Amino acid sequence: MARVVVDVMLKSEILDPQGKAVHGAFGRLGFDGVADVRQGKRFEITLDGAATEERVAEIRKAADTLLANPVIEDYTLHVETDDNEGGR
Amino acid sequence: MKIGVVTFPGSLDDADARRAAAVAGAEAVALWHGDADLRGVDAVVLPGGFSYGDYLRAGAISRFAPVMDTIIKKAGEGLPVLGICNGFQVLCESHLLPGALIKNHHRKFICKDQPLRIENNRTAWTSDYDANHEITIVLKNQDGSYVADDATLDRLEGEGRVVARYLDENPNGSYRDIAGITNERGNVVGLMPHPEHAVETLTGPTTDGLGFFTSVLKAVVAS
Repeated sequence: MARVVVDVMLKSEILDPQGKAVHGAFGRLGFDGVADVRQGKRFEITLDGAATEERVAEIRKAADTLLANPVIEDYTLHVETDDNEGGR
Repeated sequence: MKIGVVTFPGSLDDADARRAAAVAGAEAVALWHGDADLRGVDAVVLPGGFSYGDYLRAGAISRFAPVMDTIIKKAGEGLPVLGICNGFQVLCESHLLPGALIKNHHRKFICKDQPLRIENNRTAWTSDYDANHEITIVLKNQDGSYVADDATLDRLEGEGRVVARYLDENPNGSYRDIAGITNERGNVVGLMPHPEHAVETLTGPTTDGLGFFTSVLKAVVAS
């Protein structure tokens, strides 16, 4: 089984209220020197079999239409192999 | 004259929207998210609530409901569609309206009586209002901040497609104080505040919201 990971982030120009809330908590907890915090979402999609080019392309389509809203969000996508050696 | 109101899993204001349609003089028809059939309705309301728990993004999962396939197609043919709050989010996620709605800038759920200015009274849902009519209806939301890039915002303003704008304090960080917008044709309207909660004095701050429902009756008769 292979795993496709999709990381979604709000575009930099879009206000991120959740990140702002975390940033505020950093200050209250005494973590100084933090200029900004932005919060994203990580989707781990486990496939039945291997991550063939075709299937990754399908996941990319899902990321474009469902997982991320391209109006306000960017995403990156990578395949994780079983032995966790990574690989893009 | 039939106004259909869609119920998604997690819709909260569907019964109020049906009631508002009835108060305006229409026959209210309950529509189900899993059923692609619109049952012969003349207009559709996508109600407020938290469809699918607003998991992923507000309105993102509802956009793929079978009923939305039909609504997206019919909206393109001129069917009047009003999305209120969560319904507005669904319309943006469906690309029937541009932009998106994100968390309120103050990160809190908000519930208040909200003054608005109706800036476009030429849509299917606003013809009963005067130009620049100021109304007060209920606002309640968590993801109510309308965002879009500058080019989209300029286009909306230039084409007069800002239907309603917040007066007094901006309640949620919405870009350019936008409370509602319409598509180019004027049949699809998205609105963050809730006209369906302001149709009777017993339960609303005013009856200012009724105009949305009476407007669409006339739009359907005229077409």
